[in-house]
Amino acid sequence: MPTRLKNRLMDGLWRENPGLVQLLGLCPLLAVTVTFVNGLGLGIATLMVLMASNALVSLTRRWLQPEIRIPIYVLIIASLVTCIELLFKAWAPALDRSLGIFIPLIVTNCAIVARAEVFASRNSVRDSIVDGFVMGTGFAVLLMAIGAFRELLGQGTIFARMDLLLGGEPMRGIVIADGGWLLLVLPPGAFFSLALAIAAKNAIDRRQRETGGTLLRRTRPLNR
Amino acid sequence: MSQLPVLKSGITLAVIAAICTGLVALTWQLTAARITANEQAWLERSLQPALAGLSFDNNVIESMMTLQPPHDLPGSGPAIVYRVYAKDEPVAALFVISARDGYSGPIRVLIGIDVAGAVTGVRVIEHRETPGLGDQVEANKSDWVLQFDGHSLRDPALDDWAIRRDGGEFDQLTGASVTPRAIIKAIKATLLYFDDHADAIFAARADIEAQAGD
Repeated sequence: MPTRLKNRLMDGLWRENPGLVQLLGLCPLLAVTVTFVNGLGLGIATLMVLMASNALVSLTRRWLQPEIRIPIYVLIIASLVTCIELLFKAWAPALDRSLGIFIPLIVTNCAIVARAEVFASRNSVRDSIVDGFVMGTGFAVLLMAIGAFRELLGQGTIFARMDLLLGGEPMRGIVIADGGWLLLVLPPGAFFSLALAIAAKNAIDRRQRETGGTLLRRTRPLNR
Repeated sequence: MSQLPVLKSGITLAVIAAICTGLVALTWQLTAARITANEQAWLERSLQPALAGLSFDNNVIESMMTLQPPHDLPGSGPAIVYRVYAKDEPVAALFVISARDGYSGPIRVLIGIDVAGAVTGVRVIEHRETPGLGDQVEANKSDWVLQFDGHSLRDPALDDWAIRRDGGEFDQLTGASVTPRAIIKAIKATLLYFDDHADAIFAARADIEAQAGD
């Protein structure tokens, strides 16, 4: 993998993770991550919207006047989310039912407007798509991690209801315990899980700084 | 001269809005047929549990009838009834009603009742009960909801339509009694309604559905 791409990927997954570091898009993050499959589904949908919106914003950046840029972002993002919702309804109807209102609510995910404003409006189409991919992946991985954590400790299962994405008969997933710690399934559990994830990241970062690890250092300075 | 930037902004916005709308329209064109088919299939699948074991020859989905409030069924909103016939003779009625006294919000329940007044199947379609406790009423989480099959107003007696803790005949759920109570109450009320209105339900044609509840 080229060093530049590797750097960008680490930005999205770790150093500038939209959920962990920028703390953007927390509403869907906290609300849907009851199970792994919900996290994965919303992660994929957000990733698709983010890549497409970055591409479209970057394409139209020549005609972008500062005073109307926000309405344009909103138009582009809202149309894309509607398209993605229709695609989900057509090809993953069960998951659409399970994620409910949170697919249309991707419109309000500020991580997407933030990437349009900070990155896509100033960079080439190719770089913007890469940016959408790495940031979307970072967000999706966090959604999956928190979903898996809450499902495992809250319900004692993992990968339950994967049929929502894959189709077929309802799947119970891998059952590890018969039930779990209910608190994690309830809304406060989402806040606790996110707090634990952020604390873990900060602890790892501190260790890295002390030991001079490679996780924080960019292999080559990144010019934006 | 000062209007020119405004005009330019307006045109840019209009063009982008047109392109975005076009994109949505195109996606809708490509997906509409599939989405309608999915919704139809989902509806059929969710009615299936209450239809199992019945022999019938009509299109159950087309036999839908909406009962506008006020009606004597559980829930304050409209209730839905699907009629099942074999050779124009009534076989069963499937009710989709809302039980209102759940732990958090209404519980949508499908209740199938055959002409003899026996339950053919009960399924919780939609609810917001506590995960891990109240959600055991879902058929894919526990068998609780299957215990009503075959029961009627005479079996058990009217007073025994309750959970055991309340002196009734039916199993409760560990850690949740509000949800089972709400569902049993809804089934009982639906059975009573069917007992009184069965003839009207089966006689009413789908095309005069609006008057049925008035």
